[in-house]
Amino acid sequence: MLEQIEGSRAVARALALCRPEVIPAYPISPQTHIVEALSAMVKSGELAPCEFVNVESEFAAMSVAIGASATGARTYTATASQGLLYMAEALYNASGLGLPVVMTVANRAIGAPINIWNDHSDSMSQRDSGWIQLYVESNQEAVDTHVLAFRLAEELSLPVMVCMDGFILTHAFERVDLPSAEQVDSFLPAYEPRQLLDPADPVSIGAMVGPEAFTEVKYLAHVKHLQALDLIPELSEQLGAELGRTQHGVLRRYRSEDAETIVVALGSVLGTIEDAVDQLRGQGVSIGAVGIKAFRPFPTEDVREALARAARVVVIEKALALGVGGILVQDVRNSLAGSRAGIYTVIAGLGGRPITTEGLCGLLTAAVADTLEATTFLDLNSDLVERELARARATRRSGPHAENLLRDIGVVAAGPV
Amino acid sequence: MATRPIKFYQVGSHAAGNRLLDPSLRSLQSDPNRSNAITKGHRACQGCGEALGARYAIDAAMRATGGQLIAANATGCLEVFSTPYPESSWQLPWLHSLFGNAPAVASGIAAALKAKGRSEVRVIGQGGDGGTVDIGMACLSGMFERNDDVLYICYDNEAYMNTGVQRSGSTPPAARTMTTQAVGPQPGNPFGQGKNVPQIAMAHEIPYVATATVAEPRDLEAKVEQAMSIRGARYIHVLVTCPLGWASASGDTIKVARLAKETGLFPVFEARDGVLSAVSKIRRQEPVEEYLALQGRYRHLFKPTRQEDVIARIQARADRNIERYGLL
Repeated sequence: MLEQIEGSRAVARALALCRPEVIPAYPISPQTHIVEALSAMVKSGELAPCEFVNVESEFAAMSVAIGASATGARTYTATASQGLLYMAEALYNASGLGLPVVMTVANRAIGAPINIWNDHSDSMSQRDSGWIQLYVESNQEAVDTHVLAFRLAEELSLPVMVCMDGFILTHAFERVDLPSAEQVDSFLPAYEPRQLLDPADPVSIGAMVGPEAFTEVKYLAHVKHLQALDLIPELSEQLGAELGRTQHGVLRRYRSEDAETIVVALGSVLGTIEDAVDQLRGQGVSIGAVGIKAFRPFPTEDVREALARAARVVVIEKALALGVGGILVQDVRNSLAGSRAGIYTVIAGLGGRPITTEGLCGLLTAAVADTLEATTFLDLNSDLVERELARARATRRSGPHAENLLRDIGVVAAGPV
Repeated sequence: MATRPIKFYQVGSHAAGNRLLDPSLRSLQSDPNRSNAITKGHRACQGCGEALGARYAIDAAMRATGGQLIAANATGCLEVFSTPYPESSWQLPWLHSLFGNAPAVASGIAAALKAKGRSEVRVIGQGGDGGTVDIGMACLSGMFERNDDVLYICYDNEAYMNTGVQRSGSTPPAARTMTTQAVGPQPGNPFGQGKNVPQIAMAHEIPYVATATVAEPRDLEAKVEQAMSIRGARYIHVLVTCPLGWASASGDTIKVARLAKETGLFPVFEARDGVLSAVSKIRRQEPVEEYLALQGRYRHLFKPTRQEDVIARIQARADRNIERYGLL
C-alpha cells in the first residue's frame, strides 16, 4: 500500500507485520520514532502478543534481547551512536551465542564532540562484532530489508543490523509501498529456534569454552557469515517476487557495467551519487556507482566482479579510521587484489555535513583527471584546521578544539580576550 | 555435673536431628528426590559457600515450581566452576551471557515467557556480589523498578573471588583483598559507607526481599519457596563463605557464616513491599572478634599488634545492625 510516511513510522509498521514478541527499547536519537511507534502498537493491542520493555540502558536493551531470543521469542530493538557503543559487549555476546536478534541502527556520529547527526561511525565501530550489517539507501529499502532481516537472522541463527541513515532516512517523509500482512506472513515463517531455554529439555547456553574448541566455535560463526553471502541474494529474490519489486542482493550497480570510474559507497548517499553520475555521464564521463548493501559479511567476490573493468575506484565513506583513513576502502582494496585500478578514498559527510551533487561532481571530476589525493576529506575547511594547529603551536594551554573551532567560525561568541 | 539442654535451633525445639522432624519441616537437601539442580562434578573449591548456597536455593526453587524453572547466570565463580567446557553441572535450562547483565537477561526470559503465555515457567537470575552489587547494579535496579517477574539471588562472598580476590562494593571494612592489601598505616579495605543492596532493593518497594546465610539451609530454602509463591521482582541476598578469599578453613564454612549472623554483622531478615517484615533473631550474641579471628583476611587486626580501634569500629557496625533491625 502506497503511503507518504516518515521513514521511522514506515519501518515500525513493517516491523509490526513481522510479529516481534519482545521489544526492549531505550531512547536515543535518531531511532526513537521507530520504538515510539512500536510501543503505541503494543499498548493499543494492535501488535500482540508482544512485550515492550522500557529498559534502563542500551546495555540492558541488548541483554533483555539476549534472554528473550534464547527463550524462543522473535526479538527486535533499535539504537544509534553512543547507544550502540554502550551495548557493544552484549552485541558480541548475542552473535557469539547465535541469537537471531534484529536491530535497526539509525546511523549517527560518535562523540566527542557530541553530535546527533548522521554518519557511519557507530555501525563501523561494530564491524567485527559478528552481526550481519545491511545498509539501506532509501526508506523503501529500509522497510523491505527489515522483513528480509528476520528471515535471514533466523535461518542462520545470527543477529542482523539494518543500518539506515539517521535523520536523512529516519525522519524523511517519502512515498513508501508498505507490504501487506499476507505478503510478510508468506515470506516469513514462525521462528523455530535452534537452541531454546525450555524446562522440558534443559540445556546450558553460554558455557565457557577454552582453547580446545574456541577456534572451532568462532569458525562456525564465520561459516554462517559466508553462507549469508549466498542466502542474502536468494532471499532477496524471494522477497522481491512476493512484494513485486526488485530487491538488491549483497550489492547494487548503477550505470557501472561499462564505467571507467566507479564510485563505491554505503547507504543513502548513493542517491546523491547516482545524480552526480547522471550529470557526469551527461558530460560524457564514463562513470558509474556500486552500492554495497551487505558490509558484513563483505561480498568480496561480487565486489571484485563489479569493479573488474574499472580503471579507477572512488570509495566514499561516512566514517574515519583515525590514523588510517578509510574503513570500507580496506575491504574494497582487498577485493581488488592484483588489479591495476587506482583507488581513492573520500571521507565525507561526517557528523551530518551535507554531501551535495555539486560537491560530488567536483570531486569526481578531479578523480577522473587523477588529480585527487589518495585520501581526500570532502569540503574540509583547511583554513580552520590550520588556525587551530597554529594556536596549538603558539600556546601550551590552547583549549578545547571544538570550542576554538566554533569560535573561529562565529558559532560561539568570542570570550574575554 | 552441670548440664545444659541442647537446643535444635532450626525448629526452635530441643529435639536434635533432622530425621526426627515432620517431613514437611525437613531440609529439602535431606530428600533423596530433590532435583539436584547443580550436580556433582563442578569445580568449586573445597568448602565453597557459593556452591552450597546455589544448590540449596535452586533445588528449593525447582521444588516450588515443579521443575518449571529457567536460570540466567552472571559471569563469576558460579558460572565458571559449573560449566567448564564440555561439561555442565546444571540440570535446568541455564543461560550465561555476561558479567553485568544477568538481571536484564532474566527480564528478557520473563518477557518472552509472558509473550508466549507460558506463565507456569519461572525465572531466576543469579550472580556473585561483583555481578550484582557492582557491575550488574544498573540492570538489577531496572529489573526491580519494572517489577519484572524474576527472582534474583546474589551469592555474596564479599569480593571478586573468580579473578583472584579483589575488592568489590560488598567488601567489608578492614578486609584484606589483593587490591586492598594489609599494608600501610590503614591496612585492608577502607571504612566507607558500604553498599547495602537488600536496602536498595527495599527502596524499590519490590514485593519480596530477604537475606540469608549459607549456615542455615532450611531458612534459605523457606525464603526461596516464599519468593516463588509471589509474582514480580524478588531479591534474596545470601552470604556465602569463601575459604579462598576469606582465608578461612574449608571446614569452617558454616561456622563462619553462622558467626556473621550471630555477631550482628550480617542481619538476616525479610521485607515485603519495601517494609521490614521479619528478622532472624540472634540466638547467642558473639563479639565480632570471634568472627574476625577465623579469617585470614582480618589477620592484620590481631598480628603483629592487636588493632583495638579497628575491631571496635567493626563491633560498632554490628551493634548498629542489632539496633536497627532489632536482632536481639
